[in-house]
Amino acid sequence: MIGIVDYRAGNLTSVARALDKLDQTCVITDDFRLLDNASHIIFPGVGAAGQAMANLRESGLNGHLKRWVQEGKPVLGICLGTQVIFERSEEDDTPCLGIVPGEVKRFPADLREGGQRLKIPHMGWNGVSFREHHPVFAGIPADAEFYFVHSYYPAPADAAWAAGWTDYGIRFCSAVARGNLVAVQFHPEKSGRPGLTLLANFCRWGGCDAQ
Amino acid sequence: MLSKRIIPCLDVRGGRLTKGIRFKENVDIGDPVEAAREYYEQGADEIVFYDITASSERRTIMLDIVKRVAETIFIPFSVGGGIGTVEEMRQVILAGAEKISVNTEAVKHPGIITEGARAFGSQCIALGMDVKKVTASRGIPSGYEMVIHGGRTRTGLDALRWAKEAERRGAGEICLNSIDADGTQDGYELDLTALISSHVGIPVIASGGAGRPEHLLDVLTRGQADAALIASMVHYRTYTIAQIKRFLHDRGVRTRMQW
Repeated sequence: MIGIVDYRAGNLTSVARALDKLDQTCVITDDFRLLDNASHIIFPGVGAAGQAMANLRESGLNGHLKRWVQEGKPVLGICLGTQVIFERSEEDDTPCLGIVPGEVKRFPADLREGGQRLKIPHMGWNGVSFREHHPVFAGIPADAEFYFVHSYYPAPADAAWAAGWTDYGIRFCSAVARGNLVAVQFHPEKSGRPGLTLLANFCRWGGCDAQ
Repeated sequence: MLSKRIIPCLDVRGGRLTKGIRFKENVDIGDPVEAAREYYEQGADEIVFYDITASSERRTIMLDIVKRVAETIFIPFSVGGGIGTVEEMRQVILAGAEKISVNTEAVKHPGIITEGARAFGSQCIALGMDVKKVTASRGIPSGYEMVIHGGRTRTGLDALRWAKEAERRGAGEICLNSIDADGTQDGYELDLTALISSHVGIPVIASGGAGRPEHLLDVLTRGQADAALIASMVHYRTYTIAQIKRFLHDRGVRTRMQW
């Protein structure tokens, strides 16, 4: 069973619906005991980093998330879930979980591409250059695009964590992966077939990033 | 770099599409869920539903459709039409829609934009604008006036000023419909689209007037739109979404070609 961490950060049902489509049983809960029993953890979220961290601390889920990553359970972060696993976010200057070294930065206001001013949030479909040979990114066509909506982006301190890159005025890290942890800035549950492929891969994954 | 989005728009009344959509040997399909599935499979980047029913049972019927659509397609979709409170927004979002579109309700009570953005985030709040070209005046310096109730009522509100105010209040994107171009299939209102798009920092979806793929090319380049809404040209199967995307792609407009 897949456990979806409920920390009152946006609507988590779309992830559950995508898992339903993939015939995966899942539970949306803030009860760490139920999540302890899950084979895989999905950590989604939409909203602001400050509020998300406050909710995580209040529910005590912050400590459990770190523990699940340490224990080797496969963990998938999505969007805001991905951002708060870093050490710090520029959004509300928020100290975060510190699972991944590095911080989350705001897109510069004067972002440009080909002479055109780019809009923020970065909202819509964009490509991802994935690091080769990761089981969770297997079978995704090179020109596949994913649905993004965010104003802040992950900046890992150590390039070894970066597993995917996206261009939007700057080149930013849109996926991180190490050991049993994978985290993406985009929404696989809203990215059509390539997104469903990624989720299906994750549900089958044992948690080791070697082939 | 972001792809330009191609977004089919479905008008729903009493749980059925207002005009049957011709698919599969021109059989009329009136089920919005089936139409959404077809467009998802054709490569739509997003889908917009407008509920033009004005009855009391509307909400229950629409929520049921939103739920079924959310189980069927795995791309973002928005729902608009008479949603005027945060509680109504919450129901539609929990049923599975990404975005709520507010139009007449926002002109009458601009606070709904602020409240919606605070409750769900700006990315959930799309402002629908119905705009009519008028003679520029002191009250309407841009020469574009906001109209409501599906274009029947003039408001005296300047469209550009309203777009900026909505952005300030937290709207995450604007769906900009030209009442003059709507239904003509003669092309989008390029001047209006470029004017609004160049003066706001949020994405603009152009709407009204699409009849041929060239029209999308124009509005996504000269009109500076971030996305294009289409209706008749795909509902009547004159074109498929895949054909339109191929046309744009071949002319250097970045579109999502893998789905």
